[in-house]
Amino acid sequence: MTGTVTLSQAQPRRATASLSVTLMVNGAIHDLFIDVRTSLLDALREHIGLTGAKKGCDHGQCGACTVHIDGRRVVSCLTLAAQAQGYDVGTIEGLQGVDGALHPMQQAFIDHDALQCGYCTPGQIMSAIACVQEGHAKSLDEIREYMSGNLCRCGAYVGIVAAIEDVAARTQG
Amino acid sequence: MSAIGRSLKRLEDRPLLTGDGCFAADNRADGQVHMRIVRSPIAFGRILDIETDEAKALPGVIAVWTAADIADLPPIDFRMTRIAGLEPYRQHVLARDYVRYVGDPVAVVFADNPYIAEDAAELVFCDIEEETPCLDATADPVAFMPERDPALLSEAAVITKSYGDMEAAFAGAAAIIEMELKVGRHTGVPLETRGALAVRDPETGVLTMYGAAKVPHYNRDSIARMLGLEPEQVRLSEGHVGGGFGIRGELYPEDVLVCAAACRLGVPVKWVEDRREHLMAANHSRDQVHRIKAAVDANGFVRGLVDTFYTDQGGYVRTHGGTVSDLAAALLPGPYLIPAYHVEGHIRLTNKTPSGTYRAPGRYETTFVRERLMDAIAARLGLDPMEVRRVNLIPEDRMPFDRGIEALGTHVLYDSGKYHDLLDRTLTRIGYQDLKADLARRRVAGEAVGLGIAFFVEKSGLGPHDLVTMAVQPDDTIEIVTGAASVGQGVETAMAQICSDVLGVPIERIRVIHGQTDRIAIGFGAFASRVTVMTGSAVKIAAEALRDKAIALAAPLLQADVRTLTLEMGCVVSRDSGATIGLAEIVAQSGKDLDAEGLFRADHMNYPYGIHVAQVRVDEAVSGIQVERYLVAYDVGRAINPMLIEGQIVGAAAQGIGGALLEEFIYNEEGQPLATSFADYLMPTCHEMPPVEVLLREDAPSPQNPLGVKGAGEGGITAVGAAIAAAVDDALGRPGLITSLPISPRRLHALLRR
Repeated sequence: MTGTVTLSQAQPRRATASLSVTLMVNGAIHDLFIDVRTSLLDALREHIGLTGAKKGCDHGQCGACTVHIDGRRVVSCLTLAAQAQGYDVGTIEGLQGVDGALHPMQQAFIDHDALQCGYCTPGQIMSAIACVQEGHAKSLDEIREYMSGNLCRCGAYVGIVAAIEDVAARTQG
Repeated sequence: MSAIGRSLKRLEDRPLLTGDGCFAADNRADGQVHMRIVRSPIAFGRILDIETDEAKALPGVIAVWTAADIADLPPIDFRMTRIAGLEPYRQHVLARDYVRYVGDPVAVVFADNPYIAEDAAELVFCDIEEETPCLDATADPVAFMPERDPALLSEAAVITKSYGDMEAAFAGAAAIIEMELKVGRHTGVPLETRGALAVRDPETGVLTMYGAAKVPHYNRDSIARMLGLEPEQVRLSEGHVGGGFGIRGELYPEDVLVCAAACRLGVPVKWVEDRREHLMAANHSRDQVHRIKAAVDANGFVRGLVDTFYTDQGGYVRTHGGTVSDLAAALLPGPYLIPAYHVEGHIRLTNKTPSGTYRAPGRYETTFVRERLMDAIAARLGLDPMEVRRVNLIPEDRMPFDRGIEALGTHVLYDSGKYHDLLDRTLTRIGYQDLKADLARRRVAGEAVGLGIAFFVEKSGLGPHDLVTMAVQPDDTIEIVTGAASVGQGVETAMAQICSDVLGVPIERIRVIHGQTDRIAIGFGAFASRVTVMTGSAVKIAAEALRDKAIALAAPLLQADVRTLTLEMGCVVSRDSGATIGLAEIVAQSGKDLDAEGLFRADHMNYPYGIHVAQVRVDEAVSGIQVERYLVAYDVGRAINPMLIEGQIVGAAAQGIGGALLEEFIYNEEGQPLATSFADYLMPTCHEMPPVEVLLREDAPSPQNPLGVKGAGEGGITAVGAAIAAAVDDALGRPGLITSLPISPRRLHALLRR
């Protein structure tokens, strides 16, 4: 089996267009002038400087980039920044109280040893808060199902599920 | 109250919970440019030409390099287990003459932003004369690079270890059992992909690489050597690390490239790989085939064991040299006496991603092999599998047990262990006889449920030594500096607890600096479950020296005899007068620094051990396997923080379940990797993760370090494949069915139809 192959069939491309986007993140307004292709995740991390949301796969398959748009969880790597214009974007950096107090979900992650390396943690917490708010935390099985989009390679799942169960019990109290 | 043995909450948590963590990609420098690797789409072939003009012409592109542009850079050398003959198989930072796996770096692009860099990488044209790839490490060796050196074959080395009288063992055998067993290709896959930022200070000339992990000091020396710099001109800095598992932090081509580029382009250079790249470029692991032959007596006692195995090393031999194969060869006998043993491990190059170590390297594979053998012996002789293990386990009165062979250049000497005792405790904990009866009833009722139990010996605390420095700060905190690294396993908390145990200072007042090459002269990093053993012991030694120094300095200040002084709760206290003085106050009043060093040496590794128990249910309709219950019994010698240890064990078990049931790097016949995203490389989610019980024991402390500790990073993964395979056999009532991992639905379906 021999023959000459070419590494890439890609065609030369034009420089891509840029556009102005206004994003509201954690209650603050950010005016950006960005490549139209910019994902919400890249806009947050590279243009606004909020690096809490993480890039684990850039394919919407790991959940590390999970943020809230109008309170609903989305994977920000599959959301164009331009699509988030006009909505309330919430990230891990916006969870703490003005006095620095942790959100109950953040505290529950400490209490239940729900993290090790911490890379997936911001996405887990954003997803977990939404999971409770959606009413999808009524049983352990339900939590496992509705949190299955957030990978944790350190395998702290038992603690994560326990933390969510704990917060859900207190919230629904 | 002693700080050791308590499940204190982690010091590390808060920044990780608030988004304030600083991982590799979170670093940025003014004027940084972005690096993108152009990777081979071909598994094996000769490079005819690489055209970069079009990429260079794209606005925003700063430079494009091929191997010719960095011809002065040597290949990446071995960090461990240098075996004669491996040198020709080392990887250059960019491919020369040949590409040897899909993902092999052939060129590199630097551009203003990552989007342009990625666009430009797609414009690099590379003509490759394709050759037939070698994808089977058990096949006859072929030429490594035919045109360059036709005589250099793809078998890089053969590791042989041997002891005992094999002829006698087989001569008197009641039965001879032969098996072929295979562990598939999978790896660590940390959730943070690799990344780095290299910055060269124009004033001082010092090159700093952020995003370091695992072995910063070693990599500093290697990078300096490769770039022709002095070690003090290179600084590696570790921030937060999004999981290591053995694969992250080894010196890869990309690390060298960012550093070379920062020097040669004169601007900061940032690189962050994407997930697809990670799955085809970062170290793979496992992928061994073992052919074993055992001579056993009528009681199931293994009189002699012969193993020939093949490690699929992938395209090149990277920093680990022969580590995985060496460990597999040395530690296959595990917890059993096995009076005669002969092993021949073939390190074979193929046209897949290069492989290295992944959590419990060599032990995950060989525990599967050895424990499958134990189950096969039980089936052949009609014995209970636990009884077969009992007659083979090394008895307590044989400890320390000299295996008579070497691993990683150190003599294999099992330091301590109460193997039979742990087996009894485990069987009691699960209610073995009742559980077996219960599962039998469920099988009669039509359910395919079964139990699998596997024993293993781990190893930890690889030397040669470790150093820490410790100093009291003006704000009355204590700073510990270590050359160890943290990959997310709770190093800061564990070290602080060991220090707190001596000084009585709460852990919140202890800061642990790690992974900074400019802060301490030597460091060996974090691998081989070594940190708590090696660094922990050094912390204890330093803390005791600091305590003695504090008392000596306090004596004149308190006008007391040193013999009447003790250190309690971070203060020196006079037993006679009741007078006390705090550590920072001693510094202030004496005008002297209150600091100390601790150096700990170890000639031997130590050997923790444990047992995994898996209870599974097989859904024959969909060839699915559900883990109903999982237990890990583990003797850690002494537990510094049980919560951290349980976290390590449970998390490792999750990874082990992935390797046993889900994760596999499959290649097609052209050598194209078919698992290059999380849609195809399946890792356990919280949906697949069973509750994991941990039976943590401290019955056999290590006599080889002042704490008595053994490592805990790997024991949760070691026997997962073995235990689940046994449980699936049991569930289906087909002993010896499972001989290959992972037991994917596809593979199980084929077996069920057989």
